[in-house]
Amino acid sequence: MIIETRGLRKSFRSRAGREAKTVEAVRGVDLLVEQGEIFGFLGPNGAGKTTTLRMLATLIPPDGGEATVAGADLRRNPDEVRRRIGYVAQGGSTWDEVSAREELVLQARMYGIGKAEAQRRADRALAAFQLTEYADRKCKTYSGGQRRRVDIALGIIHEPKIVFLDEPTTGLDPQSRAHMWDEIRRLRAEGMTVFITTHYLDEADALCDRIAIMDHGEVVAEGSPDELKREIAGDVVTVGMPVGETPKAAELLDSQPYVNKLETIESGGLRLFVDTGATAIPQILRTLDGSGVELASIELHRPSLDDVFLTKTGRSLRES
Amino acid sequence: MKMLRDTWLIFQRQILLSLRNPAWVFVGIIQPVFYLLLFAPLVKPAIDATSDAEAYRVFVPGLLVMLAFFSGFVGFGIIAELRAGVIERSRVTPVNRFALLLGRSLRDVITLIVQAAIITVLAVPFGLSVALGNVLLTYLVIGLISLMMSSLSYAGALKLRSEDALAPLLNTIFQPILLTAGILLPLTFAPKWLQRLADWNPFSWAVDATRALFAGNPGDDHVWQALLILGGLTVLSMIWGARTFARSVR
Ligand SMILES: Nc1ncnc2c1ncn2[C@@H]1O[C@H](COP(=O)(O)OP(=O)(O)OP(=O)(O)O)[C@@H](O)[C@H]1O
Ligand SMILES: [Mg+2]
Repeated sequence: MIIETRGLRKSFRSRAGREAKTVEAVRGVDLLVEQGEIFGFLGPNGAGKTTTLRMLATLIPPDGGEATVAGADLRRNPDEVRRRIGYVAQGGSTWDEVSAREELVLQARMYGIGKAEAQRRADRALAAFQLTEYADRKCKTYSGGQRRRVDIALGIIHEPKIVFLDEPTTGLDPQSRAHMWDEIRRLRAEGMTVFITTHYLDEADALCDRIAIMDHGEVVAEGSPDELKREIAGDVVTVGMPVGETPKAAELLDSQPYVNKLETIESGGLRLFVDTGATAIPQILRTLDGSGVELASIELHRPSLDDVFLTKTGRSLRES
Repeated sequence: MKMLRDTWLIFQRQILLSLRNPAWVFVGIIQPVFYLLLFAPLVKPAIDATSDAEAYRVFVPGLLVMLAFFSGFVGFGIIAELRAGVIERSRVTPVNRFALLLGRSLRDVITLIVQAAIITVLAVPFGLSVALGNVLLTYLVIGLISLMMSSLSYAGALKLRSEDALAPLLNTIFQPILLTAGILLPLTFAPKWLQRLADWNPFSWAVDATRALFAGNPGDDHVWQALLILGGLTVLSMIWGARTFARSVR
């Protein structure tokens, strides 16, 4: 296990007007991350993903709990942790007035690497991230996607055992996102462990070997995307309807024997977990027929990570 | 050893950034020249000096201390770095924490010394004459002030994390300190209570020391006293500054 955490906790005191409030950002996170995998943290805004990453990257001290990262103890030996990890912050990390090459060389040198070797590594990183063309232009002239690639190149210039990428694809267009996925897979192919955070369901599904779903500072589910989806046996039927009609329909359907579980969608509609969608749909229609509930849509699909999220938290990630 | 190497790395980057901004370099040079050309002529009648040379001996040391004092404004730059994520990125590397501060502060000191040298040289044609050893001792005094002010400023900026909070704080603190330091005009004609207040102002000691040096009295008690006071304060503020770099939480 390259990362092992037990009961990691962090709360922040913030002041809203006169009142001092405590936000429990992370409340007892246990994680196991294996060497060489792409591990994903999936969760809505404010779930505590960044806070957990910042703790694991030694940027903020945990209030409680233990962790070993790449074989070093987070509390007792933060310096050793720093040497072995790379960290790419959510908000970017480059300075407007210098070039990608200058940033990369300085970054390598801050890890104690000599000048000549730092330059070699910068060249290699620029090529690997398709940045050679812009290497000597100031960072302020880069596009969002180019700049994000520089961030990531900076995070791995010292060839860490593990790299934390906080929302590496947020704000990228679909094509740049696909490129970024390829680059992240390439890191895994080189033997690096990659720990990413995301609130994109498709990203967690397609890119990650294993994920932890986080909500309100807690890990509510952990496993490979397929494992998690398999936990939900059968099919999912989503029935769209106006918000006002939802309670009535829910009451009617909840008592039906073919409905295993029922969740309300806040924006209007119901999600029904059933054994077999093909036989359930006619039954659903029959149940609602004559009740006066006006259906907007009915849709059958295999369980998605969003359904996993919904069953674990009672909310849909798409809505939040 | 690692600390020195890392300091050099940070220092190099900061110098590069300063030089890359020509407007900034221009302002840094033209500002002291304005003081010298436009303000100095007011000083001679104000202090009843008998010659230009005497006026400049009083005025130039005060001007140098004031410029050193202005190193206290460097904190604004680091808030921009904080926002860009540059500080956080440095903090996840094993780079020495003290070097993150010292590399930046040394850039500020070098900038100051260059400005000071320009002023000193420009004042010579106006009749200023002062021994090289005394000039270097003066630069030591203002170098310490600059080091102290820039660490305090970085530490304050990292704590407050916003220009909007930093600006009023600096202005409120700086104004009374500057006014009671006798920087632009000596406090010899000030009322007793103001002079007593100035005794508690380390910058007032610095101004007395640099004036003694420019008057050709390196043996004056003010000189060693100022060096001692400033040295102690500088060490304290650098320790505080380095700790905020090590800790700065978002
Ligand atoms: N320095 C801080 N001071 C006060 N509150 C904080 C601080 N950092 C985080 N929080 C709070 O902790 C909670 C978790 O924040 P965190 O940034 O970890 O969420 P996240 O999962 O990364 O969300 P996002 O997807 O929006 O990036 C939020 O409620 C946030 O407001
Ligand atoms: Mg986040």
